[in-house]
Amino acid sequence: MTGNVIIDAAILLGIVGLTAAIILYFVSKVFKVIEDPRIDEIAAVLPGANCGGCGYPGCRTLAEAIVKAGSIEGIFCPVGGEKTAQKIADILGISAASAEPKIAVIRCNGSCENAPAKSFYDSTLSCAFAHSLFAGESACAYGCLGCGDCAAACKFNAIYIDKLTKLPVIVEEACVACGICVTTCPRNIIELRNRGKNGKRVYVTCRNQEKGAWAKKNCNVACIGCGKCAKACQFEAITLTNNLAYIDYTKCKLCKKCVSECPTQAITAVNFPAPKKEKIEVSTTSEE
Amino acid sequence: MKTFKIGGIHPEENKLAKEEAIEVFPIPKQVTLFVTQHLGAPSTPIVQAGDKVKVGQLVATAQTLVCANLHSPVSGTVVKVEPVPDMTGYRKLAITIDVEDDIWEETIDTTSEIRKEITLTKPEIIERIKACGVVGLGGACFPTHVKYMIPPDKKVDYIIINGAECEPYITTDHRIMLENGEECLIGVQALLIASGAPEARIGIEANKPDAFEHLQRLASQYPNIKVFKLKTKYPQGAEKQLIKSLTGREVPNGKLPIEVGCIVNNITTTYAIYEAVQKNKPLIETYTTISGKRAKTLKNYKIRLGTSISEVLSTVGIPENTGKIVSGGPMMGKAIANINSYFVKGMSSLLFIDESESKRGVVEECIRCGKCVTACPMGLEPYLLYALATRADYEECEKHGIMNCIECGSCQYGCPAFRPLLDMIRVGKNKTGYMIRTRNK
Repeated sequence: MTGNVIIDAAILLGIVGLTAAIILYFVSKVFKVIEDPRIDEIAAVLPGANCGGCGYPGCRTLAEAIVKAGSIEGIFCPVGGEKTAQKIADILGISAASAEPKIAVIRCNGSCENAPAKSFYDSTLSCAFAHSLFAGESACAYGCLGCGDCAAACKFNAIYIDKLTKLPVIVEEACVACGICVTTCPRNIIELRNRGKNGKRVYVTCRNQEKGAWAKKNCNVACIGCGKCAKACQFEAITLTNNLAYIDYTKCKLCKKCVSECPTQAITAVNFPAPKKEKIEVSTTSEE
Repeated sequence: MKTFKIGGIHPEENKLAKEEAIEVFPIPKQVTLFVTQHLGAPSTPIVQAGDKVKVGQLVATAQTLVCANLHSPVSGTVVKVEPVPDMTGYRKLAITIDVEDDIWEETIDTTSEIRKEITLTKPEIIERIKACGVVGLGGACFPTHVKYMIPPDKKVDYIIINGAECEPYITTDHRIMLENGEECLIGVQALLIASGAPEARIGIEANKPDAFEHLQRLASQYPNIKVFKLKTKYPQGAEKQLIKSLTGREVPNGKLPIEVGCIVNNITTTYAIYEAVQKNKPLIETYTTISGKRAKTLKNYKIRLGTSISEVLSTVGIPENTGKIVSGGPMMGKAIANINSYFVKGMSSLLFIDESESKRGVVEECIRCGKCVTACPMGLEPYLLYALATRADYEECEKHGIMNCIECGSCQYGCPAFRPLLDMIRVGKNKTGYMIRTRNK
């Protein structure tokens, strides 16, 4: 009797399985979704971090968008950079336009020393919240709040808050210029700029749009909007809007004339061979 | 004794200054008036440097609907009209006036005689409230006249007057009720005319029995004003909670009190309305409690707007070991980041909080005790909203009713893990609100 039950069950399940297999086979033939094989190929060469730096929710959606558009014009994976762009172009059979590699820069130098604290903040470590509450410990309404929203948002561990200066520091090797820190910062302090030759960059480390006297009141290294740098620049790379200088990185030739001209040291040059203030700061933190 | 049902807490009352009669703070040498003393758009200055002004003269006008007029609280010369850092340290446009004498506008009745009879008609009263720049003095500073622009399809059944003063320490409403109760009730009469409501209900927390008895006695001459005793429970004075306590009606989510036929005003606002309607006196003063467990002097001051905070602080003296100076109540108020600022409308207190008390506890993991859920008077789940706001999931935040949060702080008050619930909920509410506004466009 028991033997019969097992055989019966085996036959019954076998028939059910076979019927289901036949149905599934035909269904898969009839309702087949024809997907471009290139989507899979492109998705494979993308970094797969789903960081959203390209503006799409994830790497696969980016791949779909690229295949749909048929070109990579205006679409760029900042993490993969040019190598990935080249690979994608190869898959699509087009030529990739070259894009300069970029890096995030912190446009504030209001460290504890440069911009002494006038009040003390002990609430939630959230820049977004602190920004809604008050101007900041240094009373500069444009400067870094130092709560580290950017560091928390970074998916590549490329930002940390320096304990001494209370300012964020970009880890150059780790930054992939995805730009999430730029959108996270409530004060628009972070900017994506060209990495520059050998990592050399010159930029204004201030966002203060107040007139000189007010800017200088809260921070020793604030841009006072005097315009000396703009006059000194031979390449018309520096513009002055709302009492604030801005260096256009596409025009800047890294001559550093503006750096020596600035009366408040609001312009920072990094990765230049001579000893710099910036270098000293970096070395103290690495000792920590 | 009436109360609302959901949530609520009972913090230490600390009404230390309740016996101190209201004192007039001396007129300062210079005042600085921010054009953003109210909720809504900033008002537009109509004076320039060098202009002579009198007390009560209009110096900035309301150009948009939700905005309030601003009047000079002193007589003198306008020095400058330019941005000045406010309490938060952000610079806001302000009018600075050097004080000379104390010459009032002739149209203002400066006598102390109580004028009982209201001669103005309904539209005139609303117009007068608007002209005099009256804003809600309960803390939010919402322009009062806007509340009385009642849509034609709505009927007002009750004027609700908030005498709860549920915030610890603050005692200005209490003192106003005791010292100017009669004027307040005339103000309520004016509001009844302005709204066409048949009845006004005043709610006073049980911890102010003297004010309750005083107002009840005074109200006996008005058949349309009823005074109720409320349970001492925070946030009894919140708009929606107060309506629930006094009428049993519930304001639907995302709607205004007018939806259930109610308009809510603070008791001090009714005094300002009395002065505006009966004396034609604009809102040029603020009532401020100076208090704190170790405060050198306890005071209830009547201060002209634009008086420097540091001047008041040097008069009363800052006690030792003060960690924070809080303006506007320990529950909903903010610590002052910049004391070189100036008094604004509705700034109801300067509290000296001890360093030990002002410090936040060490934040630990949520232990799922549910205290925040029990405490929330809006029936929300603060721990969840906190998590969603931290994750920047604003769609979910909206689904879980973050926009209903009244930011009373009851959740954070009782949290045994010292989690900064309200801080992140505020961020989330802000971002969710922005998301909703941009979506509908």
